[in-house]
Amino acid sequence: MAAITLNALAHTYSDNPTRPEDYAIREMTHEWEQGGAFALLGPSGCGKSTLLNIISGLLEPSDGEVLFDGKRVNELKPEERNIAQVFQFPVVYDTMTVFDNLAFPLRNIGVPEHKIKSKVFEVADILELSDQLKRKAKGLSADQKQKVSMGRGLVRDDVSAILFDEPLTVIDPQLKWKLRRKLKQIHEQFNITMVYVTHDQLEASTFADKIAVMYQGQIVQFGTPRELFEEPAHTFVGYFIGSPGMNFFEVELNDTLRFGEHEIATSDAMLSRLKNLPAKKITVGIRPEFVHVWEGKNDDAFKVDVDFIEDLGTYKILSFLFNGQTMKARLSEDQAIPSGQIYVSFPEQWTKVYVDDYLVNMTEPAVNQTEEIHHAN
Amino acid sequence: MQTKVENNKAWFLVMPVFLIVAFSAIIPLMTVVNYSVQDIFDPYTRYFVGTEWFKQVMLDSRLHEALLRQFLYSFTILAIEVPLGICVALMMPTKGRGASLALILVAIPLLIPWNVVGTIWQIFGRADIGLFGAFMSGIGVDYNYASDPTDAWLTVVLMDVWHWTPLVALLCYSGLRAIPEVYYQAARIDQASRWAVFRYIQLPKLTNVLIIGVLLRFMDSFMIYTEPFVLTGGGPGSSTTFLSQSLVQQAIGQFDLGPAAAFSLVYFLIILLVCWVFYTTIMNMQKDK
Repeated sequence: MAAITLNALAHTYSDNPTRPEDYAIREMTHEWEQGGAFALLGPSGCGKSTLLNIISGLLEPSDGEVLFDGKRVNELKPEERNIAQVFQFPVVYDTMTVFDNLAFPLRNIGVPEHKIKSKVFEVADILELSDQLKRKAKGLSADQKQKVSMGRGLVRDDVSAILFDEPLTVIDPQLKWKLRRKLKQIHEQFNITMVYVTHDQLEASTFADKIAVMYQGQIVQFGTPRELFEEPAHTFVGYFIGSPGMNFFEVELNDTLRFGEHEIATSDAMLSRLKNLPAKKITVGIRPEFVHVWEGKNDDAFKVDVDFIEDLGTYKILSFLFNGQTMKARLSEDQAIPSGQIYVSFPEQWTKVYVDDYLVNMTEPAVNQTEEIHHAN
Repeated sequence: MQTKVENNKAWFLVMPVFLIVAFSAIIPLMTVVNYSVQDIFDPYTRYFVGTEWFKQVMLDSRLHEALLRQFLYSFTILAIEVPLGICVALMMPTKGRGASLALILVAIPLLIPWNVVGTIWQIFGRADIGLFGAFMSGIGVDYNYASDPTDAWLTVVLMDVWHWTPLVALLCYSGLRAIPEVYYQAARIDQASRWAVFRYIQLPKLTNVLIIGVLLRFMDSFMIYTEPFVLTGGGPGSSTTFLSQSLVQQAIGQFDLGPAAAFSLVYFLIILLVCWVFYTTIMNMQKDK
């Protein structure tokens, strides 16, 4: 069991990288605390799997360090790092029985046979594989195979961490839910650091205490599912988390924030902060869940045109045109269905301001923020 | 109850294949069957002899010896070529220019015609002008494949290993390339030894290509004719006279068409039987216990 620290880590597949785009992993420093259940969430090709393979040692990073409990492990091979990894497609040793599969990692390190037996039985019991132990692994179904590959990670007592690389991709939807719960249980029982890679926000938020959202080779936010939802630190997080994603529109900064003819309400502190920033692109974001829809005229509300409404059963998605841009609002089922022209307002608390795609965080001192934005550029 | 659908059109669709098989296999085979049960003197004088030729062939001690020799030969070369082929495949580079180069080098022996292979080894093994023969006498080994039966055997086996191990190697190479990288990664995570990786990942995934390899090599070696014919002519004595050579001697040398035909059928059945045994054994080994 170990905390995993990534120190100024970067990785490229290119021989002579020049631009930041050449890097699959752009320089990052990050820590996964011991015993946590973490998810690494991001779209395909953002570098999630690369990062996971670097942690497990299957891939050597071009720059920076990987530390387990503060000890540098860059030079250690995967077999020496004592890590378990479950892959997207289940890997079982076809010719062996389920028992032998589970016993395999233990036999490789020379654990005495009687200990192997009790450990394998214990793990098989947790994974509900006890009645399959004598079967050849070849004939198992995909979800059972995946359980076997997870089991091979769990049999070792001293494993530093278990890494999951989209392990539920090939599993049927109803079993996915069951296996995910199983994983959660296992995590609570063994208190092992687990890192779970996925591109599915639901999977990430049901499994993990904290989620790292990855975008273009960088971790753009690391936080609880709630933080990701309420305070997206980057426009990508807003767009990627939530269904539908956050509404964004680019505004101009004069004396106030203006979007076409509309004035977006914001605090004076925010305005003065924005004026001191050298940045160019200011974006305002608001989640569809937080958009207020009024039937009648209202002082804070903007008049907009209804575009269309999608009924998704338990809720409805209202699309409207705001200064020519399509935006969405989430309506509860019992809310009246508006048509024609309606009024919407954006509560200030949920209206987020982004400068060059990064959130302007009013709880942090201004100096840091400026540096951060410079750094990101 | 389900009514059976009669669809005679299907027969027309099967017809072309049926005709091809009839002309390429069944009719020629039937000719041989025809010869094997008759004593034919000329096109108008023929006698039905029943199983006479079969009895004669079965009791022929020369053929018994040739059959034994044939089995010994086929199993020897299988025992050498299969493990060696796997080893070569495991050692071949997997990417870059080295991979293409290795593929070409390994494939070269396969491109050489059989009789040329025989000739190459005939010269290669000669003590006066051949590299191998000269080397052997150079280090003081009395080697002469033309007069010593053991040396002749050794040379024939060596020649086959040189000629056909590449086939097994190439088959295994393609089998190895088809194993997803993730298996090796999982094995590293599981701290598997090199041997365990071979035993539990590579070998099981190679089973299918090895079945093809073993069957092909068995059939081909069991029917081998050209190379030993060119190299040793079956000698010294009859020490390297294999089945097909005995057959040719009987059919063309002595013109005993009846016994030769009976012999051909028995020969064919043996190959069929051994292939079937191989195939079912390997397939059963794979089954879920």
